[in-house]
Amino acid sequence: MSTASAPVLSKPSQSISPWAEAWRRFKRHRLAFWSLWLLMALVLAVLLGPVFYKVGINDIDFQARLAGPSWKHPLGTDDLGRDILARVLYGGRISLAVGISAMLMAIAVGVTIGAIAGISRGWVDAALMWVTDLFLSLPQLPLLLLLIFLFREPLKQMFGLELGIFILIVAVIGGFRWMPVARLVRAQFFSLREKEFVEAARALGASTPRTVVRHILPNSLGPVIVAATIDVAAAIIAESTLSFLGLGFPPDIPTWGRILFDARDYMDLAMHWALFPGLAIFITVLTINFIGDGLRDALDPRRVL
Amino acid sequence: MFHYIVRRILIAVPSLLGISAILFGVLALAPGDPFEELAQNPNVPPEVRLALRAQFGLDDPIWQRYFHWLVNMLRGDWGFSFVSRIDVDTLILGRLPVTIAVIGMAQVLALLVAIPVGVLAAVRPYSWFDRIASTFAFIGFSLPTFFTGVLFILFFSIYLGWLPFVYRADLSETGWRWWWEQFRQSIMPITVLGLFQAASMMRYVRSSVLDVIRLDYVTTARSKGLTERVVINKHVVRNALIPVVTLIALQMPAVFGGAIVTEQIFRIPGIGSLLIDAILRNDTPVIMAVTFVFACLVILCNLLADVLYGLLDPRISYR
Repeated sequence: MSTASAPVLSKPSQSISPWAEAWRRFKRHRLAFWSLWLLMALVLAVLLGPVFYKVGINDIDFQARLAGPSWKHPLGTDDLGRDILARVLYGGRISLAVGISAMLMAIAVGVTIGAIAGISRGWVDAALMWVTDLFLSLPQLPLLLLLIFLFREPLKQMFGLELGIFILIVAVIGGFRWMPVARLVRAQFFSLREKEFVEAARALGASTPRTVVRHILPNSLGPVIVAATIDVAAAIIAESTLSFLGLGFPPDIPTWGRILFDARDYMDLAMHWALFPGLAIFITVLTINFIGDGLRDALDPRRVL
Repeated sequence: MFHYIVRRILIAVPSLLGISAILFGVLALAPGDPFEELAQNPNVPPEVRLALRAQFGLDDPIWQRYFHWLVNMLRGDWGFSFVSRIDVDTLILGRLPVTIAVIGMAQVLALLVAIPVGVLAAVRPYSWFDRIASTFAFIGFSLPTFFTGVLFILFFSIYLGWLPFVYRADLSETGWRWWWEQFRQSIMPITVLGLFQAASMMRYVRSSVLDVIRLDYVTTARSKGLTERVVINKHVVRNALIPVVTLIALQMPAVFGGAIVTEQIFRIPGIGSLLIDAILRNDTPVIMAVTFVFACLVILCNLLADVLYGLLDPRISYR
């Protein structure tokens, strides 16, 4: 979607780049607009919070075990007297990192497979789509659990405890989320490759890879961006689910799902312990989904707003 | 019609083979082998271990092992649980009904909520009802099932004390009391799973109705003087629900995922909690079998949806 410069000469004051136009449309979706601010605040808190809030995630306060929210511990403490705010802030970094990395992986695989299927007709397309449909009908959570069960130990030995689990979880979640993207990209390619501007590029002697990378791919980006946004939310949910089942990150790494898992046995004594990490997941996922909805409206050129 | 169903079944076979190949590939690629524990056990001499390896064919080439495994799975010979010391198939068959009952009831609940809400929202798009319903749908599928489950337990079991938060398979009551207790302990898991499903289903119904309501035949129906109620119920909804069948089938993997989480939260003795227990105890035969059962269930649901689609939509050719 490079900015066309030719028509600008005639009407210099009216020219709006596609991205500015998308931003104008995005602002119309008020829920998405406010979600963006809320999410940015949350991300800033997670990134900068530990700089200002100097309580360690493993600092134990014996006088306040399972204590409710107070000035000393704004979100209360857990059964060992560890501060929940510090743990939620730390866990947010991991949850967001997993979400974004898994999304990048899903998009990379999805765009590659979708592009190859979309540009090559015949049996390559048919085979790739069969694989895509097969992956779509796999029972994802059981397979996620199976993969983590089988590959946890070797990866732990190869990359160390935290990095090994991180790589495993990102690879596994990303590996199960590329199918919708591949289908989207393929559908886009099918309609775009017959368009006049692609034909013009081909007539000018552009090779197939150049046509794909310079002309078709940039124009099919809109739906991919929307899918990418929603994938971040889905990956965060997937990671929290794994941690909640006790099969994600190890206990000493407090991700949001893990804190909830630990809190489960103390729900009658310390409600706040389960409530705050859950709320953090909910708010993050909800705002990301709203932003995705806003982007869908903003990036769809057929929509009149 | 018969040929159509047979064709669908034949299409499902390669997917099942593909899934079984992926499952087996994952297991074969994984480092370590199921007899590793025996190697560390001083009571098992190495000859016994090697004999066991040979007996289970672990030294054969991989395609042969896959074929062998597949034949065993198809014959119902699913192996022996390391932990509970019973055949895997009896273990799973004992647990499957609970899972299917919970998932089935949750789907019914989801349909009962999603269809009326989705249709009402689509009939008056961008009205206040539509806005509220769409916002709730967004909230519904942004709330992960494990958090809704925790919130429900906090509110209904701990704060209000109305409902039990542990599902018991062995209720001691009999007769009507049994049904009442069963109802009380099933409400929360079914609602958690059902509302999560209803949220995304409602969006499908809404967009599907919006697509149909613009068609010419709807205008015709209105212009020949039918009441709005008849137009919506008889002409719009019936046709709008056809694509929803497929979309629901595509959601099935996510539903099974949700069921595993729900079973874990409420401690329901279904195959989902069996899977988690097996993973935590390294019970490989059970893990493989449960994953395979889930895969079969997903394919079965897709098959059902295809057949249903053929029944509902006469435009589909049966050839």
